Amino acid sequence: MVLSAADKTNVKSIFSKIGSHADEYGAETLDRMFTAYPQTKTYFPHFDLHHGSAQIKAHGKKVVNALIEAVNHIDDISGALSKLSDLHAQKLRVDPVNFKLLGHCFLVVVAIHHPSVLTPEAHASLDKFLCAVGAVLTAKYR
Amino acid sequence: MVHWTAEEKQLIASVWSKVNVEECGAEALGRLLIVYPWTQRFFASFGNLSSPTAIIGNPKVRAHGRKVLTSFGEAVKNLDNIKATYSKLSELHCEKLHVDPENFRLLGDILIIVLASHFARDFTPACQFAWQKLVNVVAHALARKYH
Repeated sequence: MVLSAADKTNVKSIFSKIGSHADEYGAETLDRMFTAYPQTKTYFPHFDLHHGSAQIKAHGKKVVNALIEAVNHIDDISGALSKLSDLHAQKLRVDPVNFKLLGHCFLVVVAIHHPSVLTPEAHASLDKFLCAVGAVLTAKYR
Repeated sequence: MVHWTAEEKQLIASVWSKVNVEECGAEALGRLLIVYPWTQRFFASFGNLSSPTAIIGNPKVRAHGRKVLTSFGEAVKNLDNIKATYSKLSELHCEKLHVDPENFRLLGDILIIVLASHFARDFTPACQFAWQKLVNVVAHALARKYH
């Protein structure tokens, strides 16, 4: 799917409103994903997955910074995330279904903290953007 | 049969008791039609669905959203017997409405996001877990009689 000009504007606007809370939201996204979808924990046997763990905080920050990178290069997400795409294909091999779960939890977090920002149109754009990111990260799987 | 812990039942009931079924139902269905526009295929008779504004304001969308969420309330009231609760509705969605069950999963996730936006921090991760489980069980029950 293709992001329209309006989608790109909406997504940039959402992330600018999120601002400095991004790291916190990244951690919360992961925390919710591990709680709502326990099967996602299987990719992190080496982590302390208790609520508020330092590892979840650090990893949440990494994940959301990758999203921010994609937003900053929204016209070329596959270029911006090319190395991450290689990593996921060759090393991490997270099953593609899980990107949807992560994306859903990120939407939940945005809905919780910025309900007025997540208008139906913005919701649609952000959902599309997250799908696009997932598609890029799994593009080289086979 | 689905097993619900006492905590899950309590989390579900507690959220549901505060839900404005008319508002949340309308919003959930509206967002479904906006975020996943292909779902509009089932609602050709609903009139103007040409823009998000049109969809959100559409009285048929609002009425149907309310109907759908009211029916969801039956699951909440009958957590231990959701299969039977939706048996006839499942047949209807298959034989008359011809709805791909994937749409039930899409609507369930949209409902979760609507609840999150209304309940904010009260929609804790544990709460989300219980509700994800519920929407999955409902989607499964609605798909069960498909043939």
